[in-house]
Amino acid sequence: MSTAWTIVVLVVALGISWRFIGSYMEAVYERRVNWLRFIERPIYRVCGIDDQVEQGWRRYATSLVVFSGVALGFTYLILRLQGHLGLNPLHQPAVTPALAFNTSVSFVTNTNWQNYSGETTMSFFSQMIALASQMFISASVGIAVAVGLVRGLKRQHSKTIGNFWVDLTRGILYILLPIAFVASIIFVAQGAVDTLSGSIFIHNPLDGFKQLILLGPVASMEAIKELGTNGGGFFNANGAHPFENPTGLTNILSIYLILLIPVGLTYTFGKMVGSIKQGLALLAAMAIFFFSFMAIGLSAEQHTTAAVAKAGITHSASGNMVGKEARFGASSSVLYNVTSTQTSTGSVNSSMDSYTPIGGLTAMGGMMLGEVTPGGVGSGLYTILLFAIVTVFVGGLMVGRTPEYLGKKIQAREVKLAAIGVLIMPITVLVASGIAVSISQGRVGVLNPGPHGFSEILYAFTSQGNNNGSAFAGLSSNTAFYNISGAIVMLIGRFGVILPALALGGALAEKGVVAPSLGTFRTDTILFCGLLVGVILIIGGLTFFPALSLGPLAEQLSHGRLF
Amino acid sequence: MNTALAEPVETKKGGMGGKRPLFEKEVVLPALIESVKKVNPKVQIKNPVMFVVLIGTVVVAYKAIFSPSLFSISVAVWLFLTVLMANFAEAMAEGRGKAQANSLRKMQTDTQARLISADGIETLVVASDLKKGDQVVCEAGDIIPSDGEITEGVASVDESAITGESAPVIRESGGDRSAVTGGTKVLSDRIVVKITAERGHTFLDRMISLVEGAERQKTPNEVALTILLAALTIVFLPVIVVLQPFGIFSGAHVSVVTLVALLVCLIPTTIGALLSSIGIAGMDRLVQKNVLAMSGRAVEAAGDVQTLLLDKTGTITLGNRMASRFVPVASHSELELALAAQMASLADETPEGRSIVVLAKDLFNIREQNMSEEHSFVPFTAQTRMSGLDIGDSKIRKGATEAVKAWVTALGGQVPSELDEVTAAISKSGSTPLAVSIDNEILGVVELKDIVKDGIKERFQMLRSIGIKTIMITGDNPLTAAAIAAEAGVDDYLAEATPEDKLELIRANQAEGKLVAMTGDGTNDAPALAQADVGVAMNSGTVAAKEAGNMVDLDSNPTKLIDVVEIGKQMLITRGALTTFSIANDVAKYFAIIPALFVSEFPGLSALNIMRLHSPDSAVMSAVIFNALIIIALIPLALRGVKFKPSSASQILRRNVMIYGVGGLILPFIGIKVIDLLVSHLGF
Repeated sequence: MSTAWTIVVLVVALGISWRFIGSYMEAVYERRVNWLRFIERPIYRVCGIDDQVEQGWRRYATSLVVFSGVALGFTYLILRLQGHLGLNPLHQPAVTPALAFNTSVSFVTNTNWQNYSGETTMSFFSQMIALASQMFISASVGIAVAVGLVRGLKRQHSKTIGNFWVDLTRGILYILLPIAFVASIIFVAQGAVDTLSGSIFIHNPLDGFKQLILLGPVASMEAIKELGTNGGGFFNANGAHPFENPTGLTNILSIYLILLIPVGLTYTFGKMVGSIKQGLALLAAMAIFFFSFMAIGLSAEQHTTAAVAKAGITHSASGNMVGKEARFGASSSVLYNVTSTQTSTGSVNSSMDSYTPIGGLTAMGGMMLGEVTPGGVGSGLYTILLFAIVTVFVGGLMVGRTPEYLGKKIQAREVKLAAIGVLIMPITVLVASGIAVSISQGRVGVLNPGPHGFSEILYAFTSQGNNNGSAFAGLSSNTAFYNISGAIVMLIGRFGVILPALALGGALAEKGVVAPSLGTFRTDTILFCGLLVGVILIIGGLTFFPALSLGPLAEQLSHGRLF
Repeated sequence: MNTALAEPVETKKGGMGGKRPLFEKEVVLPALIESVKKVNPKVQIKNPVMFVVLIGTVVVAYKAIFSPSLFSISVAVWLFLTVLMANFAEAMAEGRGKAQANSLRKMQTDTQARLISADGIETLVVASDLKKGDQVVCEAGDIIPSDGEITEGVASVDESAITGESAPVIRESGGDRSAVTGGTKVLSDRIVVKITAERGHTFLDRMISLVEGAERQKTPNEVALTILLAALTIVFLPVIVVLQPFGIFSGAHVSVVTLVALLVCLIPTTIGALLSSIGIAGMDRLVQKNVLAMSGRAVEAAGDVQTLLLDKTGTITLGNRMASRFVPVASHSELELALAAQMASLADETPEGRSIVVLAKDLFNIREQNMSEEHSFVPFTAQTRMSGLDIGDSKIRKGATEAVKAWVTALGGQVPSELDEVTAAISKSGSTPLAVSIDNEILGVVELKDIVKDGIKERFQMLRSIGIKTIMITGDNPLTAAAIAAEAGVDDYLAEATPEDKLELIRANQAEGKLVAMTGDGTNDAPALAQADVGVAMNSGTVAAKEAGNMVDLDSNPTKLIDVVEIGKQMLITRGALTTFSIANDVAKYFAIIPALFVSEFPGLSALNIMRLHSPDSAVMSAVIFNALIIIALIPLALRGVKFKPSSASQILRRNVMIYGVGGLILPFIGIKVIDLLVSHLGF
């Protein structure tokens, strides 16, 4: 299937599922869907949760942070103790403390940055109980935050924004598990492996060929890896590995699963606030970025890199094939990677390091804009809502009214929270990168000098700061410095946005709604969408442009000079 | 009929208001001095954006002193100029306010007050010694010593000192026109005034502190915007600081001077420098309109108003009904009717009565008739509800239809069958019918019409286009109210309104999430004024009304509310527009400075130098100079406010995004290029 057709199929499929998954999720969080009540109820009973009690934003956030802290400790312990926990056919030893810390933070924050090769580091117990379960949990946490914020926009004079435990449970039970279950079966049917046996050893006595083929519970992890925009692969090669992504169909299915919830949540949002057009405006802004990056990436990868050209290969019909899987080719690789980097997923089916500078820039660009195009499950929606509030504030002033979003007045407190939520990421990423390039522990891991090496470091922190998890590669980041600094960046990138988002939800829930009139700045129009795109672009662009000019731009504009 | 006397004439000049030129010598010179004085970290820290510029200036100056070069010295000078220009903008706005305050202070020269004690003994005291509750006497020629309420007497008062309106107004005890303002002058008669405000808390004092901006509190939107600007400043600090290690890692030499220049260019200095002037100038404009806001918050709230409650009388219609038509009944002619009506009104000094005389003259050229015969005028009483003239044997009467009908029947006359039809039709059209009879015969009906003010319909149309709903409040019956509402073009009306109804209406609107503004002057308006989000009390009104509202209109012109709404909106639009402009400017500055920073190490980056600036030094200088000059260039805009054309939010937004967003994107490319052409000749 040609790239154009693939895109058409994906757009049509997402267009159809948009409203179904969107309204289904709305019903789940508004508690109108109860077909799994027989499982749900016992869970609450066992955990001692009163599911009828609502929480204010502080309780909601405290529950979330405490829960994430416990999950972090739990994951860390499993990784450290995996040698004693069974399901370890390949006898993997305990994960080192720094790596275990980085990895547990990475999975709890929905980042899935992997400073390790799954197949040679993790026991199956770790893969399934520590990592795959976090893939469900962290995804559900993300959606819960978004829903909490949207409830704040929707409710009036309310002290509460929902119950975190209920939202968390229902997200996993009603949304993630059923879809992941069906998707896993498709993956298995297409040839992804799913077994508890560790490996097969092939030895052909005729030609003396020997190969050890590593196996594991892959397909079951694969579905939630994409669906929950997690991105942490079972294997180091991630989506390029034939057991993770066996066919062209699974390649498309993966992209579809990645986009399903982030895109669908815009419908959920619209339905919850009573106007689908409001959700459509956000989706349109997301789509403008998504397709622009896609177009730039696709065209950039039609050309070979400077290094290949230097080697005497001046033309290649199939574009830049360095670091790409022959099964997919340049275009499908771009499709997969650009989708994954714009959704905070971070799974890849080709090596970013070998992309052309501009191709690499498109991957970085999506992250630098704050992962809102459409971003991760839940995180994409709550982050773009923060941008929307900044947009509404500046635009609203320009129409001569106290700015309001969906009838809620945007005043000092809201502006403060939205500004923190929007700006904490660039500050964290830039400061961490600045430290890394300044100290020897940071510089030592860089494979390539100059702009390319700089891009590698910048990419690493951008990816972690945005809870994306994709790696540019070329950076040896399994060091104490990168493990710990990366973990801190991931934590700030996740909770530094979640807390302001929930506080904002709480602040908005307390407010009454101002009736709309002709004098109201409408937020369901093309004009608003354009302004939102401008604000996202300017905030992302202004904060990262100088750094980018030293990285990919310098490399690209150096016309073939090698770094 | 006090309404008629107090009815203000639209005035353009203002006692305190008076439009002044933008750059007056008396304001500019002190402002220049003030802008240097303000270079004080204690002052600057209040404005985080400009504080960062000041720190940057110090850093560059340090560099320039220890390793002097034409470049570093020039950058230091221009950064310092940026600080000065921001100070100048603020000092200009404050200076204009101070000039007004000074003219107000002149009115506070200490007058003598004639204090009367409880037992009626008069003593002369200094006005500033007066306490709340003291009673003073003021006679013709006296200056009223402080704000108060008339407890006794009636007087004509010259309020031109505060309103700029030279026609004297009547102030009397009791009723809705009992408040007097300190500093105004009694022209006739004698009044006893109970002091309601001590020195330092009077109306005038409040006005002075307001226009001076001394205790100016930031309005809610201004606070929110300051937070956003601070955030945008804070985020650029790491962006710039890390460029140094990034540059070192990449092998590029990055000059500290250039980094500081970039930082100053990127943080929102334009809006940061002009923000406080916009607020001060907005209050200033309001004072020019003779409206006194108790807080900036109230002005901003005015911009948010969605529902406007307006009293019919005096706001929508002229204070009085006017005769507009003679409608004869039975076999009588129009002339016959006009003649009788005119005669019956000759002694009637009410505006309605006079309007009948005028109409008769206009239509039939009926003038004063010589009344040789013996005659006597019958005045209007509440019992008879008629007035008229007894001349010879004839008894001419005019009055409420029912009253005249009863009168004629009593005299043995017949009521023409069509009379009820005619009166009903007149009532329905929003007018008042007045029946006229001679002896026992009814001649016809005079139609007294409510005259809707000129141009009021257009103003309501304009309000509708910006999403503000107008509701007319009237004591008339629903039929009349509906007709006038339709003629004036209001969106809705409240007929037979009591003060409780008003309050209820405001609450109902607020429950729907609407912000409500209203005007009022009576004591019974006070609860509604307090409940409304924006309550404009008429200066002629009672003390209670003035205390309940959050604005006072010195001209007592209820239509002024519309101006207040416009000024409120304009203040917000100006802030939003300059913020957008400021941020949009950054793009061009990046394209000027980034290539200049790294081009020596990565010559390829010269591709980003799309303006083709002469050299790295000239590029940085041009950006810094542009950044400083744009502040000066925008001072007039900040002081005058962005032009507000009434239209829907979408239209306003589209226009402002085009001008300040897209314009802000393009203009600096041109500006920086032009400055580059100039500075490159100076050896950069």
